[in-house]
Amino acid sequence: MTATSARLDPPLLEVAALGRAFGPRRAVSNVSFSLRQGECLALFGPNGAGKTTLLRVLAGLLKPSAGNARLSGMELPGGPAARARVGLISHHTMLYEALTGRENVRFAARLHGITDQSRVDAALDRMAMLPRADTPVRSLSRGMQQRISIARAMVHSPRLVLADEPYNGLDESGARSLTSLLRALREAGTAIILVTHNLHEGLALATHAAIMKSGSFIRFDRKDAIDSTRYAERYRESLGASV
Amino acid sequence: MVRAIAFTPLELRQGAAQKIFYIHVPAAWVAFLAFALVAVASAVFLWLRDQRLDRFAESSAEVGVVFTTVVLITGPLWAKPIWGTYWAWWDVRLVSTLFLWFIYVAYIVLRGAIESPELRARYSAVLGILGAMLIPFIHLSVYLFATLHPLPIVAKASKPSLPGEMLLTLFVSLAAFTLLYIAFVRARYVYATERDRIAAAEVVDA
Amino acid sequence: MRSIRPGTRSDIANPWAPVSEVVAAAWVIARKDLAIEFRTRTAFLSSVVFALLGLVIFYYAWDPTAVSAIDLAPGVLWVIFTFSGLLGLNRSFSVESADHAIDGLLASPVSRESIFIGKALANLVFVAAVQVVAMPALAIFYNLPLIEIAVPLLGVATLAAIGLVAVGTLFSAMAANTRLAELLLPILALPFFVPIVMAAAQATSRLLSGRPVAEASSWIKLLLAYDLIFAVACTLAYAHTIED
Repeated sequence: MTATSARLDPPLLEVAALGRAFGPRRAVSNVSFSLRQGECLALFGPNGAGKTTLLRVLAGLLKPSAGNARLSGMELPGGPAARARVGLISHHTMLYEALTGRENVRFAARLHGITDQSRVDAALDRMAMLPRADTPVRSLSRGMQQRISIARAMVHSPRLVLADEPYNGLDESGARSLTSLLRALREAGTAIILVTHNLHEGLALATHAAIMKSGSFIRFDRKDAIDSTRYAERYRESLGASV
Repeated sequence: MVRAIAFTPLELRQGAAQKIFYIHVPAAWVAFLAFALVAVASAVFLWLRDQRLDRFAESSAEVGVVFTTVVLITGPLWAKPIWGTYWAWWDVRLVSTLFLWFIYVAYIVLRGAIESPELRARYSAVLGILGAMLIPFIHLSVYLFATLHPLPIVAKASKPSLPGEMLLTLFVSLAAFTLLYIAFVRARYVYATERDRIAAAEVVDA
Repeated sequence: MRSIRPGTRSDIANPWAPVSEVVAAAWVIARKDLAIEFRTRTAFLSSVVFALLGLVIFYYAWDPTAVSAIDLAPGVLWVIFTFSGLLGLNRSFSVESADHAIDGLLASPVSRESIFIGKALANLVFVAAVQVVAMPALAIFYNLPLIEIAVPLLGVATLAAIGLVAVGTLFSAMAANTRLAELLLPILALPFFVPIVMAAAQATSRLLSGRPVAEASSWIKLLLAYDLIFAVACTLAYAHTIED
């Protein structure tokens, strides 16, 4: 694998003392980590921990109120060049219901300057949505909508994928498509931050794991240092201990 | 204390209708001043993002709308005996004040419709600036309307030159109203600060 | 910072590259909005029906012996233009909030200005499309020789539409994020529409009375100044309405 050579490259994403407050409420505070190409950070934590806010800052939707984050050396939120390298998947589908799946993905592609139709088809195909691509999104099931949404997020071949509870709403076959897609991306050198409540799925894909609570990382481990069988216990402990 | 100063000039015997002048004009001065300050505070807020500027804008707007209402009520009361009509669509200042009132109301309604303090501050600031940009256009539109239309024969609304005594009274009134404005805005600002402090404490405790 | 779209040559030598990219991105967004509107058509049909009904109601509301159609028409036309425009503006940003689609737009490389201009362009096409129905209807219902003043009238209509859409798109973006969005939009926007309606109606009235275009010129210049100032101001203000 490319593990050894990856270690010699500079990190793709560097986050230093990142904070984001909404008025008096600190949603994210003092988060630091770095991620190299091909690494996947599984991010766990209770609701309201700040995971979504963290991802939104990294996606360029929010400005940090403290600290900074750099993607390939570009300070986030960066301009168009930085946003072109990031793909955001959320539990909201971010789709236009009146349009078809294909039109939604094509629109996303055009926003990135991509006019090549085959990339649109390939993105849809990776999520096994090609057969239903010409149905208006509103007629699709939640799981299929989520698959279209994932295709939309990947059509521009981002270097960093931010996935906020992407398994939400997916049925088994959708979940399998997603896992194999994420794995393939990781092997091709894409960095991934995966927020999920599913410890098992998360750890299966991860190279690093973090637990977030009240805006900060209370644990950060390399995957090979984790005993997966005991991680669930550790997770509960960490949450209980940090009250 | 401030109010005593305001009321003494009004006792000068100048004729009942004329006395309204001493309320109408200073109220108009404050109404426009208040909005100019809202606009400036809005612009600086968008630049510095200091919440205090938003609270000031909020306070100035609420005080300003009251003064504007006073202008719009005293205006027709003064106009009827002098011009023979309650409302004058050719009068640039009166119509501009009416639109100032519309913008104040829009500003206050907008603030009322938004829960999140950050969003409310940003949206209000945008409206504050755009509203200030609208007034010159209203002014120009009414002016064009008045000059390009054959006017009914009416005493022009321009001020006759005032004898010294009346002028002095006017200035004292202006000063008094300005002091009133400052007093009201200060009080309102203190209220806004307290309210925000309590709301913030609740959020943190939650 | 110069924006570089992946897969394209960076045009360092061409100082207009960022502008053409803003326009290109805006056009992509406008087409998407128009595709959605075309797919559902409800807002467009409602606006058209509203405009036509308005023409009818206004006619019957006036005493035809006291007021001639030619006196009534300009006011009616532009008032209806404004209110049917509001119907269209309402839906402009509501499509984006449904599934947080706006996040998809904001996370993409297109600039905030492009998003605004794209939405405004779509609204402009919408308003123009309603006018394409309403104006001939006016000519027919009120028996007016609009064809004779077609060119200057189109000029006035274009300027009026640009002003309406510039301010309307911005306020609909704001109203979409509040409670009572449909009620708030008129309260915010109507004061701003007054100079547009006034100027357009006055200019149309002059044109209909057979006066030379020059007499309407002050009003047309007012519209032009309004458009320039508010188009720029609203495009810049849009970025401030987005949370970041």
